[in-house]
Amino acid sequence: MAFAAFSNDKPAKDNSAQRKSGPVVLALLMPGLIYLLLFFMTPLISLVITSLESPDPSGAIGSYFNDVNFSNYATVAVDYLPQILRSFGYAFAATVFALIISYPVAYFIGVKLRSRPLTQRLMLTLVIAPFFISFLLRTIAWKQLLSDDSGFVHLLHSMGALAPTQFFLGTDAAVIFGLTYNFIPFMTLPLFTNLERLDVRLLEAGSDLYASPRHIFTKVTLPLSMPGIISGTLLTFIPIAGDYVNASRDFLGSSKTSMIGTMVEADYLQNLNYPSASALSVLLMGVILALVTLYVRRSGTEDLL
Amino acid sequence: MADNTKVAGADLELIDIRKDFPGFTALDDMDLHIPAGQFFALLGPSGCGKTTTLRIVAGLETPTQGQVLIGGKDVTNTKPHERPVNTVFQSYALFPHMTVLENIEFGLRQRKISDYEKLAKDALSLVELSHLGDRRPQQLSGGQQQRVALARALVNRPSLLLLDEPLGALDLKLRRQMQIELKAIQLEVGLTFLHVTHDQEEAMDMADIVAVMNKGRIEQMGAPEVLYDRPKTAFVSKFLGQSNLFIGEVVEKNATSVSIEVGGNKITVAKKRAEKHTGKIAIGVRPEKADFHESKPKLSADHIVVGPGEIIDIRFTGVSNQYLIDIPNVGEVTVFAQNIGKSPETELGAKVWVSWKIEHSYGLADLPDGTEEA
Repeated sequence: MAFAAFSNDKPAKDNSAQRKSGPVVLALLMPGLIYLLLFFMTPLISLVITSLESPDPSGAIGSYFNDVNFSNYATVAVDYLPQILRSFGYAFAATVFALIISYPVAYFIGVKLRSRPLTQRLMLTLVIAPFFISFLLRTIAWKQLLSDDSGFVHLLHSMGALAPTQFFLGTDAAVIFGLTYNFIPFMTLPLFTNLERLDVRLLEAGSDLYASPRHIFTKVTLPLSMPGIISGTLLTFIPIAGDYVNASRDFLGSSKTSMIGTMVEADYLQNLNYPSASALSVLLMGVILALVTLYVRRSGTEDLL
Repeated sequence: MADNTKVAGADLELIDIRKDFPGFTALDDMDLHIPAGQFFALLGPSGCGKTTTLRIVAGLETPTQGQVLIGGKDVTNTKPHERPVNTVFQSYALFPHMTVLENIEFGLRQRKISDYEKLAKDALSLVELSHLGDRRPQQLSGGQQQRVALARALVNRPSLLLLDEPLGALDLKLRRQMQIELKAIQLEVGLTFLHVTHDQEEAMDMADIVAVMNKGRIEQMGAPEVLYDRPKTAFVSKFLGQSNLFIGEVVEKNATSVSIEVGGNKITVAKKRAEKHTGKIAIGVRPEKADFHESKPKLSADHIVVGPGEIIDIRFTGVSNQYLIDIPNVGEVTVFAQNIGKSPETELGAKVWVSWKIEHSYGLADLPDGTEEA
């Protein structure tokens, strides 16, 4: 049901046309179904099975046998609690920052630039432009720009925002900055799609009915753009919670900023503790699913347009 | 901001308003005064500037030049939400994320009026939709939405209510019904209504005063009966109802009347009913004022007889028949004859003479478009 939030259209009217589903529809669905079965269902099941394995009695590193060992979950939940909390804390902060930055941009492009379609397209391209360069390269570039000897850090030192012995890389702020930066387009695009169709005549009606610009925003524009906000926040929050690049010490983070993704990577590739990595992954998935369901329910988007 | 206990409307004055948009001028030297409590209609074809006028009054557009006064107070530079004005929009512009009742409460709550719930419910029952308060606007029919839009504006008891072709999207029957309701509500609440429409019947039916607009200017303004009986320009003559226009040089003039010659026929207009007395002028008559005869009628001197001509089209419209008569060297003349069973059955192709009383002629100040000045 969480995914209903991604579609802005009413689900009501598509019934009649799809009634005549026959072999053609089935044939068209097949590639997608096979794909999902092979590359989503199979790994998922394998992940769950792995998460329940127990260490091989021989004690050999990296060898495990099939079991129903739920203690893996308890272990990761206790051992990795700081990382779990940090992941969701970072995801929350970065999502909020991305929303605050994206909303005015999306509003400007989607509403103010309507009369200039060319400029509108150009601005939209600029929003997507960072995708033309690999996300790893861009994050590495930020690492250089924010490094201990960079102008930015010198500025922070001279302003007194950082003590002379402190630096920016490896801090919570650096990781949240990187996450926000990398996921902003995922927030801007759904917001734009929504605001592009905002009926400005409703805003005029608001001002005609004695609402100040501030009240028009809170009573009309904001409620009407809720579907866009929901889509945007889900599209940023979910991947950010599972991100491991920004927080890793090779990029913007340090050992003090490790997230769930960082731990999964470490368990899987360095400690060869596959059950632990798998249990942590399943846990992450479960928590995200629960949070998202709660969020969509609470925001009541179902009855919004 | 409007005092909610005050029910009487305020007067509206537009002084020398001009509005330029990139590439064209929507309004030019617009002067208008609407006395308080009147139902005023701005009538004109699309693109004549009537909606722009309305938006300037509402504050949604800023005039390039000129002043807007509501109740004697200059509001030219006042923001829309600070004006004692409410609008019923052409698109209704109901908030889709609110219920019908919340829509109506919106203006009251913005002004922090405490008993907004009761006032909104009263307004909803005024438009006879009390049972639909909890619905969403998109669940209502067009006519119901229109009434919600009206209630949402009326509930604020604005000094001036602006109506932007609110009946345009409704079917004929519903439109007639809403016209009657609107007029009744206006009389009941006593507000000043400014109604913009391109429907001349609607304007004449509902308004105390009609202003006919064309190309960003007011062509003529007055009571509907006066406008219809004595249009002063070719545009007004043609836009308000149907008309027959005859164009010719003035050939005879005395103390009380002016006559022109058209294709061998003498057409006369009373001097006091003519705007222009010399040169080439246009004289008109309404189709229902004219009559036709199958033999040349012997009529007193206060009648005009034109013809003979041939009936080239007959259209049955219910209450009357429309006859189109082609008179050589004069042109086509339309005559309405009531279907009251007494007129002789006249066939297509019949040879007829058209007549009317001189007192029904009117002389225009200008000539119809496409006519050469002499």
